[in-house]
Amino acid sequence: MPAVQETVERVRRIDVDQYRYGFETQIESDKAPKGLSEDTVRFISAKKNEPAWMLEWRLEAYRRWLTMTEPTWARVDYPKIDYQDIYYYAAPKPKKTLSSIDEIDPEILKTYEKLGIPLREVAILEGVEPPPGGPQTPNRKIAVDAVFDSVSVATTFQKELKAAGVIFMPISEAIREHPELVQKYLGTVVPTSDNYFATLNSAVFSDGSFVYVPPGVRCPMELSTYFRINERNTGQFERTLIIADKGSYVSYLEGCTAPQRDENQLHAAVVELVTLDDAEIKYSTVQNWYPGNSEGKGGIYNFVTKRGDCRGRNSKISWTQVETGSAITWKYPSCILRGDNSSGEFYSIAISNGFQQVDSGTKMIHLGKNTSSRIISKGIAAGKSQNTYRGLVSAHRKATGARNYTACDSLLIGDKCGAHTVPYVEAKNSSATFEHEATTSKISEDVLFYCIQRGLSQEEAVGLVVNGFVKDVLQQLPMEFAVEAQKLISISLEGSVG
Amino acid sequence: MRALRMMLRKNQMSLLEVKDLKVRVEEREILHGLSLTVNPGQVHAIMGPNGSGKSTLSHVIAGKPGYEVTGGQILFKGEDLLEMAPNERAAKGVFLAFQYPVEIPGVTTWNFLHAALNAQRKARGEDEISSPAFLKKVREVAKSLNIPQDMLKRGVNVGFSGGEKKRNEILQMALFEPAVCILDEMDSGLDIDALRIAADGVNALRSPERAMVVITHYQRLLNYIVPDVVHVMSKGRVVKSGGKELALELEESGYAQFEDAA
Ligand SMILES: Nc1ncnc2c1ncn2[C@@H]1O[C@H](COP(=O)(O)OP(=O)(O)OP(=O)(O)O)[C@@H](O)[C@H]1O
Ligand SMILES: [Mg+2]
Repeated sequence: MPAVQETVERVRRIDVDQYRYGFETQIESDKAPKGLSEDTVRFISAKKNEPAWMLEWRLEAYRRWLTMTEPTWARVDYPKIDYQDIYYYAAPKPKKTLSSIDEIDPEILKTYEKLGIPLREVAILEGVEPPPGGPQTPNRKIAVDAVFDSVSVATTFQKELKAAGVIFMPISEAIREHPELVQKYLGTVVPTSDNYFATLNSAVFSDGSFVYVPPGVRCPMELSTYFRINERNTGQFERTLIIADKGSYVSYLEGCTAPQRDENQLHAAVVELVTLDDAEIKYSTVQNWYPGNSEGKGGIYNFVTKRGDCRGRNSKISWTQVETGSAITWKYPSCILRGDNSSGEFYSIAISNGFQQVDSGTKMIHLGKNTSSRIISKGIAAGKSQNTYRGLVSAHRKATGARNYTACDSLLIGDKCGAHTVPYVEAKNSSATFEHEATTSKISEDVLFYCIQRGLSQEEAVGLVVNGFVKDVLQQLPMEFAVEAQKLISISLEGSVG
Repeated sequence: MRALRMMLRKNQMSLLEVKDLKVRVEEREILHGLSLTVNPGQVHAIMGPNGSGKSTLSHVIAGKPGYEVTGGQILFKGEDLLEMAPNERAAKGVFLAFQYPVEIPGVTTWNFLHAALNAQRKARGEDEISSPAFLKKVREVAKSLNIPQDMLKRGVNVGFSGGEKKRNEILQMALFEPAVCILDEMDSGLDIDALRIAADGVNALRSPERAMVVITHYQRLLNYIVPDVVHVMSKGRVVKSGGKELALELEESGYAQFEDAA
């Protein structure tokens, strides 16, 4: 049997059931009544001890949401979601207020352990060999803010961050402790009326991270959040807000996992980033939520709005994402290049296997003068999956000298999957220079055989070729994440080949 | 007595034995009953016109998918080679230097070779070789073949010249130390100096345990790598075998004389 044929056969028998993070934690949880109403919104707000302005903000969003309809333009297909059949809030029941990490429910800590997440310590993952003569892995620190279902259960490295003036806390706390900052920035990048899922999130968001980096401060460590969906039938609606004040810098890592479930679970997050003059935010995501089983049953619906606003001059926002999980991904991390000379980047690896559907890409909106953006997207489709890159690059009338470079490469494994590229380009001034390159290729039998003749198994060969394909993007990730991402890529393509 | 005969036979067991091999590609028979016996320590040359099936033979020995073996067998150290997965063959010591080596973008040559060597070692139940040890080894081999270090850092064969690709094949052969090396037109695309260096590399690997099958169109290569046996292939069969002088004879008179024989 020719190698590709064999690959195709394997893909047909694919077993995404081997999802590595499929386990449930047995802890009591504190749920809102099922369904969505003003009462649900009030319940959540009350649970969080929120000030009145926050409740008003939520209610306004909720009322707006009632007038909206679910979007259908993405190349994804799923049964209608019954929004009344979802729990909108689930918190692990704390016995008392947590003041240190030692007080966290051991069950929860165990979950993190299973996930291999270093909650307490410096995470230096091993395994990647430095290139010949290359640098050794630097000793780097990561502060973790863990979101377990809907509540942030722990934050680490608080002291050191505090000394640097960096605020890194659950957004629910920030609403109480730093209302002026939250009020000033929340909803200014993704307005409550932005889109169906973002509006829903605005009404019912439960928790998420809040980061403020003061002027001139380079955040002394990488900040990290691990999201994990545990409770049955709870949508997870995180809300993250990161502000890099003038001349500051922060790198933020987001990783996600969800236990294996038959039902589909809804996830609708909103992430807002703001950079002021000369500031930079680097936001990296590794998303490996449950993709559904081999028949396409179950899995996460991931409808996410992520947007960064380069509000200040010379500011920069860089999105890097590795998307391997979820049954459906609907996600377009974008940059509004408002400040003159600001720049935006989007580096993406999107892998789909089994019955997964990915519709992802970015929007680069050039508003300021001499703004630049760069898009490198690598889509890999295997099994019966559909993988779409959807991107918009636009230059406003006043955005003279706007520049964009886009490269979209797709790799197909087998012949039952699809890769699609949908670029939109709008240049409203003649000085904009937009470049777009796109390729679609298949893993060739000759390349696979070459590797196999040298002793590699078919699976190792595919892994190698795929890792070569995504290398440009992997290099953008912080070292620890790159290692994890590399492993994830192999795991998510498991079963797609021998 | 019987045991003695068995022992004798075992001692004389050929390394690679192709018996009456019949191969089809897409419903068309390409090899029509080809036989070839290669003993340890020997170098065999295979010559023959374009399309006579030389690369097909090398691919079938290496286990490339897409070929249907309809008759005959291939034994490697007495074992049925056709029963083994291609990577298992590699681990057991079957190496093919490809006529057309492929490019693998984004995968450094260094990483590729390390992964391949460790895969082979693992399959043989040996310990993996560490990065520093591997690096040392690959540098030595590269140096002996006049391969610049920076080639090892580049993507596998990406942007390599034709000659560099061929040298990279020899590098791998030297690194993996296989039992049987099949070299499919290793001389094509090599300039005169490179040919000599590559041939020296091959000669350095000649040993009483190892055998080589050298596929070539040119007698010149055989001045450097002197064969024990020369075979002429035509239309999917070996039509004549002889000593190294057979290659010279071919150079003189071409393949026309064998057309009828085939
Ligand atoms: N995949 C294939 N599909 C169809 N025909 C094939 C295929 N592979 C080989 N052939 C045919 O088999 C015959 C032998 O090809 P092969 O490549 O083995 O010849 P060769 O002796 O190596 O030639 P050369 O000296 O040009 O390298 C040719 O007629 C070729 O067209
Ligand atoms: Mg050939």
